[in-house]
Amino acid sequence: MSLVEVSDLSISFGDVRAVEKLSFSLEAGGALGVVGESGSGKSASAYALLGLHRGTGARVDGSIRVAGVDVTAADDAELRALRGAKAAMVFQDPLSSLDPYYAVGDQIAQVYRVHNRASRRLARARAVEVLDRVGIPDAVRRSRSRPHEFSGGMRQRALIAMALACEPQLLIADEPTTALDVTVQAQILDLLHNLRRETGMGLLLVTHDVGVAAESVDEVLVMQSGRAVERGPVGEVLVAPREPYTQTLLAAVPRIPARPAASDEKPAADRGEVSVNGEELVGTEPLVEAVDVRQVFGRGKSTLAAVDGVSLTVRRGETLGIVGESGSGKTTLGRMLVGLLEPTSGRLTRRARVQMVFQDPVSSLNPRRSIGESVADPLRASGERDEAVIRARVRDLLKRVGLDPEQYDRYPHEFSGGQRQRVGIARALAAEPELIVCDEAVSALDVTTQAQVTALLAQLQRELGLALVFIAHDLAVVRQVSDRVAVMRRGRIVEEGEVDQVYGDPRDPYTKQLLAAVPALDPVLAAVRRAARKELAAA
Amino acid sequence: MKWFLLRRLGGALFVLLALSIVVYAAFYVAPGNVAQIACGPRCSPAQVAQVSGQLHLGDPLYMQYAHFLQGLFVGRDYSTGTGVLHCQAPCLGLSYQSDQQVTELILAKLPATASLAVGAFVLWMLLGVGTGLLSVWRRGRLTERILTGITLAGMATPVFVIGLLLIIILVTALQILPFPDYVPLTENPEQWAWNLLLPWISLALVSAAPYARMTRASMLETLAEDHVRTFRAYGVSERALVGRHALRGALAPVIALGALDIGSMFGGAVLTESLFGIPGVGRELVDAVKHVDLPVVVGLVLVTGFFVVLANAVADILQAMADRRVVLA
Repeated sequence: MSLVEVSDLSISFGDVRAVEKLSFSLEAGGALGVVGESGSGKSASAYALLGLHRGTGARVDGSIRVAGVDVTAADDAELRALRGAKAAMVFQDPLSSLDPYYAVGDQIAQVYRVHNRASRRLARARAVEVLDRVGIPDAVRRSRSRPHEFSGGMRQRALIAMALACEPQLLIADEPTTALDVTVQAQILDLLHNLRRETGMGLLLVTHDVGVAAESVDEVLVMQSGRAVERGPVGEVLVAPREPYTQTLLAAVPRIPARPAASDEKPAADRGEVSVNGEELVGTEPLVEAVDVRQVFGRGKSTLAAVDGVSLTVRRGETLGIVGESGSGKTTLGRMLVGLLEPTSGRLTRRARVQMVFQDPVSSLNPRRSIGESVADPLRASGERDEAVIRARVRDLLKRVGLDPEQYDRYPHEFSGGQRQRVGIARALAAEPELIVCDEAVSALDVTTQAQVTALLAQLQRELGLALVFIAHDLAVVRQVSDRVAVMRRGRIVEEGEVDQVYGDPRDPYTKQLLAAVPALDPVLAAVRRAARKELAAA
Repeated sequence: MKWFLLRRLGGALFVLLALSIVVYAAFYVAPGNVAQIACGPRCSPAQVAQVSGQLHLGDPLYMQYAHFLQGLFVGRDYSTGTGVLHCQAPCLGLSYQSDQQVTELILAKLPATASLAVGAFVLWMLLGVGTGLLSVWRRGRLTERILTGITLAGMATPVFVIGLLLIIILVTALQILPFPDYVPLTENPEQWAWNLLLPWISLALVSAAPYARMTRASMLETLAEDHVRTFRAYGVSERALVGRHALRGALAPVIALGALDIGSMFGGAVLTESLFGIPGVGRELVDAVKHVDLPVVVGLVLVTGFFVVLANAVADILQAMADRRVVLA
């Protein structure tokens, strides 16, 4: 009997069909990756395996068997006996997924005692044991810490420890590394890999990131709008996909080894196409120059230098990529370049109009103003009073970013994430900038949308001779769009240079570590990288 | 944690000092001749001048406030014309009406008010939080709708309506309870509780409603949080989810509200005290305001402020002990 057997699973929330006639199975000890973009129904399906839709108003049809339990027919007690003991789940956001009021060890011990007759002491000892197993250093002491005293990666390890506590046959991981930095992600994926090999438990990994799946599973199931599109061994589906949707999805994933062939997505400066009034301008005129800028937050003893002595130059028409993990100071640097923050010390010269595109396309637009009005704001701020002129200009901008000008009076909630980000770009363009700072501008988007938005940025750069500063944590995206790249760590630039040089022949050990952590799309390559990481860690 | 405590208590002290300045200024700067008011309408100009001298009303305002603070911390002397009256710290001044020390006046009335406030507080917290939890437990069913209706009605009904109804039903018709006649706790604890039961119930019934609503909203919010989902996915029973993982977070805002309410209740539940004839601070306040007895009013406002600030500080410290992240903020 299979570990997981799902047939004809349909889930609907009110009138919305989230999952439609989904069938799949997972053998004991196997690893299945469920891959899809947001709204594909992958998480809803994973939740259904533990009967977590019960009592939420969601309608679940079809049959689900997990570790011999008929989930749809089981009563509450049977379901509770399944949850955590036979099948355990790891969630996306490790901070909010742990109870802030209790010590991590106590939380794990509680779960252990739900399923095992054990004294408090014994359960506590078990908690320490699993915490140690997932690589929490000094597990006895750290088991007494509360979640907020853990780093992001340690929290996720703690959640995995909780999952291991009762030795389940199946581990369901819902986007387990999405909230983590790339180096931490690699550690967690390696941990999952090793645990699976040692315990022989099955793994169902839900992820939007094809690379993460390639690193961790034997088989993949590609989902789109609630349906299974393609399923097969990871080596086949990700290397030679049969279905058109899988092909599109894979084509959209930014890659590190080689630049995509489509000339549309090549940085403009590469081809020397950027010219204004027939003049070749790329890489000549510095638009923004920073010399040893610092930004210090806090006062007294608790100061933090978010940016600690950075010098860089952005020239007309070029794209400078800035990569770094969370807390590296890249956003603070971006804000200084735009002028949203004044540097604490150092010299920053701005010789051009600079605008910014923000990360979150939902919260960076006022939900109570139509998108046209949002785009018109910079025009009004610059003193334009003629409504006809404003409207004409906004319509022109909307058209330029690939939106229908007739949507001027629509509100943000009527648009998809990618469309909202286009609105954000149009708003930035309204002030006729020569440089746009994109702060994680595509990281909230699905890969196919991400590819469209980066293509749009490249096109605008070509047409308008814009310079771009592209800030992102995703090394592959940065490689795809940039001419030059700067790698940041703890407020400093550790390495800067042409993309080919930095990615092809990194000098700094941190850059090497970052690049080794990026998940590879090819499972064979992923195994090679895993071995390389081991070596790097040992060295 | 130590620094948090110090910071929190220092803040509380600062608030009280600021309050004393504002209250002192507001009352003494108010229009009308203070000496005339203190002396009474039938005083001759000569008598008014004498009173003015006694009260140092000719001094600049900051000096008057300094005298007031001096009284508060070390005590001060008043000349009564024939002799000297020493007013011990904490001295809030002398009542214009009776020449009694305000501190003594308030201390005499405080036990009755405290009895009413604390008893009612315990009752309304139990009632409010219990009702709130029950309506979460039975969410979407008839019970919840009935409870929501009752709490809404409770919020909308003034205490004198509920109090009168209870008197009619419990005292007059069923004769279960006596008509309240305040007996100090130190005299006879049993009679004290028995006589206060009716005021407690009345006050609790009108005060519980916001707590029920807040508990319900806060609980539903907490139950929807990720960490509750985690433990649900690990087979923890719904009861343990509520009791162990949700209650602590959900009660934080409820306790904060409770602290505000019990604090201000020490300033007197005027309506309840009047209705049931409890000789408390509230009635004293009404009386003082009626006779423009400024020192008594100032003193009462300060004492109320003291209890509000104290209750808030206690709530904050409790919160910090429950959730250590608070200390970091």
